[in-house]
Amino acid sequence: MNPIEIVKKIKDKFPEEVLWFRCFREECDITIKKEKIKDILEYLKNTPTLEFDYLIDLTAVDYLGFREPRFDVIYQLMSIKHRHRLRVKAEVSEQECFINSVVDLWKTANWFERECFDMFGIEFKGHPDLRRILMPEDWIGFPLRKDYPVYSDLKDKEWQPYKELKELATGWKENEP
Amino acid sequence: MNPENTRELLINMGPQHPATHGVLRLVLEIEGEVIKKCIPYIGYLHRGVEKLSEDLTYVQSLPLTDRLDYLSSMINNVGFCIAVEKLMGISVPERAKFIRTMMSEMARICSHLVWIATHALDVGAMTVFLYAMRDREKLLELFEMVTGARLTVSYPRVGGVRCDVNQEFLDELYKFVNEFPKKVEEYETLIDRNRVWLRRTKGVGVITAEEAINWGLTGPTLRGSGVYYDIRKFFPYDAYDKVEFEVPLGKNGDIYDRYKCRMLEFRQSAKIIKQCIELLPEGAILADDALRIRMPSSPLKIDKKDIQFEIYIEDKSIEDFINKFTEVYASIEAPKGELGFYIVCDDSAKPYRMRVRAPSFVHAGVLPRLCEGALIADVIANIGSIDIVLGECDR
Repeated sequence: MNPIEIVKKIKDKFPEEVLWFRCFREECDITIKKEKIKDILEYLKNTPTLEFDYLIDLTAVDYLGFREPRFDVIYQLMSIKHRHRLRVKAEVSEQECFINSVVDLWKTANWFERECFDMFGIEFKGHPDLRRILMPEDWIGFPLRKDYPVYSDLKDKEWQPYKELKELATGWKENEP
Repeated sequence: MNPENTRELLINMGPQHPATHGVLRLVLEIEGEVIKKCIPYIGYLHRGVEKLSEDLTYVQSLPLTDRLDYLSSMINNVGFCIAVEKLMGISVPERAKFIRTMMSEMARICSHLVWIATHALDVGAMTVFLYAMRDREKLLELFEMVTGARLTVSYPRVGGVRCDVNQEFLDELYKFVNEFPKKVEEYETLIDRNRVWLRRTKGVGVITAEEAINWGLTGPTLRGSGVYYDIRKFFPYDAYDKVEFEVPLGKNGDIYDRYKCRMLEFRQSAKIIKQCIELLPEGAILADDALRIRMPSSPLKIDKKDIQFEIYIEDKSIEDFINKFTEVYASIEAPKGELGFYIVCDDSAKPYRMRVRAPSFVHAGVLPRLCEGALIADVIANIGSIDIVLGECDR
């Protein structure tokens, strides 16, 4: 199905929720409010003519300073049967940094949501096991946010286990004969 | 034995375990030999590729992609280049497309060879390892002939490839792909009639088609369950729409079927390379308009003619926002599965956000589903069969 037709269908079904859509390089993305994200995705997954059975990717983008609400949670959807793709985006603000989890719809969302939480600090309500996944569990800060520096002089903000290890190593060197 | 004396045991497997193919750590809760719970821990190889690329230009980000799946770095490069080309609207010359297709398939054979070598070694068939390494060596030598590097090639460029291939290379490669199907048969005689192999792979780690899609599996791991999904056929890129090949499918979705799929892919890859050499057209290897991104600091000029949007709320700032941030998602069929690059561009020379959709990350997530209820020995076979590389998983 043509992505614009899909967008029209969503617009008819949830007229209040859709904010805008855009097509660029034959790809369509649709931005919606976050409140009914799960209903919309469930509709997309279970309607026979759409059947988005495969969640390619789930991630977020931080538009700090460019747009308020600052985060976009992005769902890349695909239907293997009908061979169409669609990108669904939901806006999440920093003050209400949470969104409903879609783990019951697609199991693959489990790790994607954990990664998203790890990197952006967006909480997924209803996720069975929301922990950090790539960063250590006692890490402070969310690395992929735009206000998290790429290079910086950390000084006392250094990761505690690494600091301890470094101190241990220097102490060992000094005691060496 | 008195059941009162038995208890559940917690076993820590990895991160330094040879059969976990890198630094994957699994915490297994076992009762006797049966696994009650399996919790994977990843992130030991996290280098922050996504964050780093936000501070580098598009061209500088290319070598980062080598380090994702280091067994098939060529395909990662191609995937990144295709995403950037799509974003900027660059059309690649025909010759470069065929060279890339050829190189991608070489990388696929390379990656599958390492897979069969280590997977067989894990399950107990040691001989295959050396045979597979022998053939991989030849391919690496061929890579070296063209690119000067064996593993991290950084050979494709945005808009084409770095340097042309010569006749000597093509002759050598043609000779190799003619002989290669016979060598695949050699591996199969070593493994396929091995009764231990069959007992350890048939009916183990079964995942049905619907479940496999729901878990987001791709590549041979998904096709082993009989789902026809191959990006080379669904959304053809480079020269894949100009060559003929088949997509091998499994039936039962067990380890044996996934193995069979990859073995058949060897032959298809050889077939594609052969066609590429025969069809290789003359001409340029780099697009004319690719030059403008050589300057690292100059802002990009993206052709936004085909942008089309509709806004349903009243907010004037949205239109500027939509025009400023353009984004694309491009995916390719890597040996492990669907490798996708999602790039958000803000018209500067650096990507605003680069997201890597890594197949190994998704595949590592399915391990608890495959392992729970199975035996400890099956964990090793399962890790091998989903074919993960932790460099790509942790990014």
